[in-house]
Amino acid sequence: MKKFSLLSTRAGALFLAPATALVGVFVIVPFFWVIFVSFTNRTLLGRTAVDPDFVGLQNYFALFNPATFFTRGQFGFSLILTIQFVLLSALIGQALLGLLLAWLSQTVTPTLKSFLQTAVIAAWILPEVVIGFAWFAFLDYDNGTLNMILRGLGLPPGDWLLQQPFWVIVFFNTWRGAAFSMMLFNSAFQSIPPSYFQAADVAGATSWQKLRDIALPLIRGHVVTDLILITMWTFNVFTPFLLTHGGPSYRTEILSIYTYRIAFKDFEFGKGAAVGVVIMLINLAFALVYLRLAHKKPVEAE
Amino acid sequence: MQKTQNIFVRRAIFAAAATFLGTVFALPLVWFVFAPFNARAELGLAIPSPFTLSNFATVFQNTFAMQALLNSLIQAAGGVVLVGGAATLAAYALSRSPIPGKGAVTYILLLFSSVVSGSAAMVPIFLIISAAGLIDTHLAVILVFAGGLLPTAMFILRDFIDAIPRSYEESAMVAGASPLQAFFDVALPVIRPGIVVVVVWAFVNIWGSFLIPFILLRSDKLMPASVAIYSFYSEAGTPIVTLLAAYSLIYSLPVIALYLFVNWKFGFRFFGGIKS
Amino acid sequence: MASVEFQNISKTFGAFVAVPDISFQIADGEFICLLGPSGCGKTTSLRMIAGLETPSSGRVMIGGRDVTYLHPKDRGISMVFQDYALYPHMNIADNIAYPLKVRGEAETKRHARAKDVADVLKIGDLLKRLPSQISGGQQQRTSLARALVYPSEVYLFDEPLSNLDAKLRLEARGFLNHLQRDMGMTAVYVTHDQAEAMALATRIAVMDKGRIVQFAPPIEIYRRPATTFVANFVGNPPMNLVPVEASVGDGALHLRADGLQVAPIELTDAVAKAARSGKMTLGVRPEHLRIAGATDHNILSGELFANENMGPESLVTLERGDNGRVTARIFTDDEIKVGTSVHLAFDARHVTLFDDTGARIPAADER
Repeated sequence: MKKFSLLSTRAGALFLAPATALVGVFVIVPFFWVIFVSFTNRTLLGRTAVDPDFVGLQNYFALFNPATFFTRGQFGFSLILTIQFVLLSALIGQALLGLLLAWLSQTVTPTLKSFLQTAVIAAWILPEVVIGFAWFAFLDYDNGTLNMILRGLGLPPGDWLLQQPFWVIVFFNTWRGAAFSMMLFNSAFQSIPPSYFQAADVAGATSWQKLRDIALPLIRGHVVTDLILITMWTFNVFTPFLLTHGGPSYRTEILSIYTYRIAFKDFEFGKGAAVGVVIMLINLAFALVYLRLAHKKPVEAE
Repeated sequence: MQKTQNIFVRRAIFAAAATFLGTVFALPLVWFVFAPFNARAELGLAIPSPFTLSNFATVFQNTFAMQALLNSLIQAAGGVVLVGGAATLAAYALSRSPIPGKGAVTYILLLFSSVVSGSAAMVPIFLIISAAGLIDTHLAVILVFAGGLLPTAMFILRDFIDAIPRSYEESAMVAGASPLQAFFDVALPVIRPGIVVVVVWAFVNIWGSFLIPFILLRSDKLMPASVAIYSFYSEAGTPIVTLLAAYSLIYSLPVIALYLFVNWKFGFRFFGGIKS
Repeated sequence: MASVEFQNISKTFGAFVAVPDISFQIADGEFICLLGPSGCGKTTSLRMIAGLETPSSGRVMIGGRDVTYLHPKDRGISMVFQDYALYPHMNIADNIAYPLKVRGEAETKRHARAKDVADVLKIGDLLKRLPSQISGGQQQRTSLARALVYPSEVYLFDEPLSNLDAKLRLEARGFLNHLQRDMGMTAVYVTHDQAEAMALATRIAVMDKGRIVQFAPPIEIYRRPATTFVANFVGNPPMNLVPVEASVGDGALHLRADGLQVAPIELTDAVAKAARSGKMTLGVRPEHLRIAGATDHNILSGELFANENMGPESLVTLERGDNGRVTARIFTDDEIKVGTSVHLAFDARHVTLFDDTGARIPAADER
C-alpha cells in the first residue's frame, strides 16, 4: 500500500545521508561540544589537554567578572567593542551605503552604473587576505594612497592603523560588505513594477519622494532581511584580524578575534568555548528573529 | 524651463555622487592594478616604469608559493565536490521525497548553520578534528568547509528545485523511466544551473578563507595560499611588496574569473544569502 | 488498447476531499473527456489513472489488471502534460525518443522512429532544435509526439491545449480529432473547455466537486443535461435558466415568472411530483430563441440590455423584470436599440425543466 512519490522515502533518506552526516559532525556536534567544553578547564597543552576537569560555570564567571569586565583585552570590553562595530559598520555603514548605492544605480547611466557596481562588488568578492593587504598598503603612513591624497589636498596625513584603529576596521568592514546590501536592494528595487515610478513621475514626485513614498515601503521586507543578515555576519567576522591582529593593545579586538586569542594564543580552550557559547546565543537570537520574519511558513504541511 | 533645468542639475548631482562613491570604493584597490607589474613596487601608488612581469617570474620560481596555490585548489575542489554532491542529493530529497518532517529539517539546518559560525565553533571544530586525528591534513579543511557550507547550499538548491515543475520527472516516469533514470536523465540536467551557482559560491568561499586552514593546518607543505601569503614577509615582519602584490593578483584570478563567468552565464541573479 | 475502470475511488489530501467516491468504466477505444471547472477533481482522477497519485481507497483497473499501486512506468500509458514537460536540455528528437531510450532502444532506431512520428505531426524539420527555440504550437505537438512514439494501452491528456492561443487551439483540436478516428485510441482527456469536450469526446464525464454529475455522449449532454450545473456548463453561451413558480390546474402544468408566457405543459407523473414544491427551473438554449411573431405562445420578454453582433449571428441579451437575464442567438441584421422592449419566442419541445433540486425532469416523450 505504498503511495506514489517522485522519490520514495527510502531513496530520499539515502539521498539525505551524506549531507546529514557532514552537517551533523561539523555543525551540530560542535554546537553541543562547545557548550560541554565551556564547562571545563580544557587547554591545548599540558595535563588538562587530555584530562580536563569539570569546572562548572567558572569560565563564565571569569568572562563576566565585574572587576575586570570593562578592562581592555577582557571579554566585556570586546563585547561592547563588537556591538559598536556592528552598529557603525553594518547597520549604519553597509545598510545605508548599500541603499544609497542601489538607489544611485537605478538613476545613473549604464556606464557609470557598471563602474560603480564593479568597484563595490570587487571589494566584496576578492579573497580576504588580499583585501587585508590592499588596505595595509592603502593606509601606509609614508607612501599609502590615502595619505598621498590627504597631502595632495593639503590635509595632515595620519598613521591610521595606530591612531584610529577602531575607525579603520569600521570603515574597512563597511567598504568590504556594502556590496551585499547594494545587490539585495538592487534586486528589491527591480522587483517593483516600473509603472509605479512612472506614475509618480507623472504626478511630479522628486527622486527623494519616490524613494521615501514608494520604494522603501515596498521593500520593507528586504530591508529587514538585509539588516539581520549583515548584523549576524558582521558580528562573527574575523577579517579585521588580517588588518590589525586585534591591536594595537586590544583596541580592535572584536569577539571573534578575542575567541581566537583566548583559545589559540593563550590555549585556554575552556574559556574560549565559553565565549563561543555567548556568541552562539546572540547568533541564535538574531537567527530566530530572521527565520520568523523571512520564512513565515518554514514547517510546511506534508 | 525651470523644471528641465532642475532635472538636469539633479542628474548631474546623482552622476557626481555615483562617480565619487565608485572612486572611493576603487581607491584601496588601485594600487593592486600597478604594483604587481612594478619591479620596484612599494606601498605607494606608482605607475610602473618599466612595465615588467619580473615579479611574477620570481613568484613562479617560489616552489612553496606555487605549492600553496595547488593546496588551495585541492582544498577548494575537494570541498566543492562534497558540497555540490551532497547538497544536490539532499536538496532533491527535501524537495521531492515525502520524508516526514522535512520542513522542520530545513528549518533546523538553517538555524544551526547561522548559529554555529566559524568564530563561535573554532574550539570544538579543532577538538573534533584533533580527536579524528585529522589535524594538519587537507581532508580536515575539506570536511569542515563541507559541513559548514552545506546547509546554505542545500537551502539555495532546494528553492531552486522547488521551482522546477514536477511534470518533468512525472512525464519521464509515465514514459517508462525509473525514479533513478528520471533523476539522472531529466532532473539533474535541469537543476544544473543551480548546482553551478552553489559550486561557484562554495569554491569562492573556501578559496578565499583564512581562519579554518589557519587553525587546522601546521605544516608548510599543506598551507593554502590564503595562509602561505604571509611567508612573503621578511623576518622582521615587513612585507616583500613586489612578490606579495604579484602573488595576490595570481591568487585572486580564479575568483575574478568565476565572478565573470557567473555574471556572463546567469547575469549574477541574486540567490538569497549567497555569501556566508 | 485497453479499457479503464474506477472502482469506488476516493482521494483526500489531508482534510481536503478531492474525490469522495467515484466509479466508472471506459471501454476499449473510447475517447473520454473529464469536463468541469477547476478544482472539480478531474486532474486528480487523471493522475490516479497515470499512477502519479495513489487513491486513498478503491481500485484502478487498466485492461482488467489492477494497477492501483503500480508505478507509472509499469502501466503501459502515455500522457501529455498541460505544460508539455519538454526537457530543456534535450533537442526535439531526443525529447520525442526519450520513452524509447528508457526502453533500451538503440539510438539509430529510436531516432528513426522519432523522425517518423515527427513527420506525421509536421515537426520533422525541427528535430535538432531545443524546446526553447520552437513555438508554443510546435512544443505542444512535440509533447504529443513523445506520447505517440511508443504503443500504449491508454493515452492521457491533461488540458493539453490550454496554453495555446484560440486559433492554434482550434487547429490542434481538429488534429486530435482526426488522430482519434484514425487510431481508435483509448483516451482520457481532461479539460475545462466544453467546446473541446464536445468536439473530441465519444463520451463526456461532467464533474462537479469530485463527483461525476453526468456521463454520456456529447449530444445527450447537450440535449438532456442532467442538472442545472451541466446545463449551465455546456454550451456557449450556456442555457438560459429561468426560476419559475409551478402550479397544477386543469390537468396541466402552469409556469409563472416575470416576463414569461408559456402554454400549459402536459402533466406527466414526474412533472406532477416535481410540481409539488411549487418551484422549478425552466431552461431554454439561446439558439432556440427567436424574435416573437403574432402567433407565438411561448414568450420571454424584457428590455434590451445588450446586442452583440458576432458576424453571422447576434447575441441579444434581455433584462427581465426580476433582474434575470436571457440571452438569445439570433440570425438577424435588424438594429434593435438598447432599452426597447423585446419579445423572444421558443417552441415547447425545446423546453427543459428542472426540479427544485436542479435535476432534470424527464420530458413526456421519454417514458
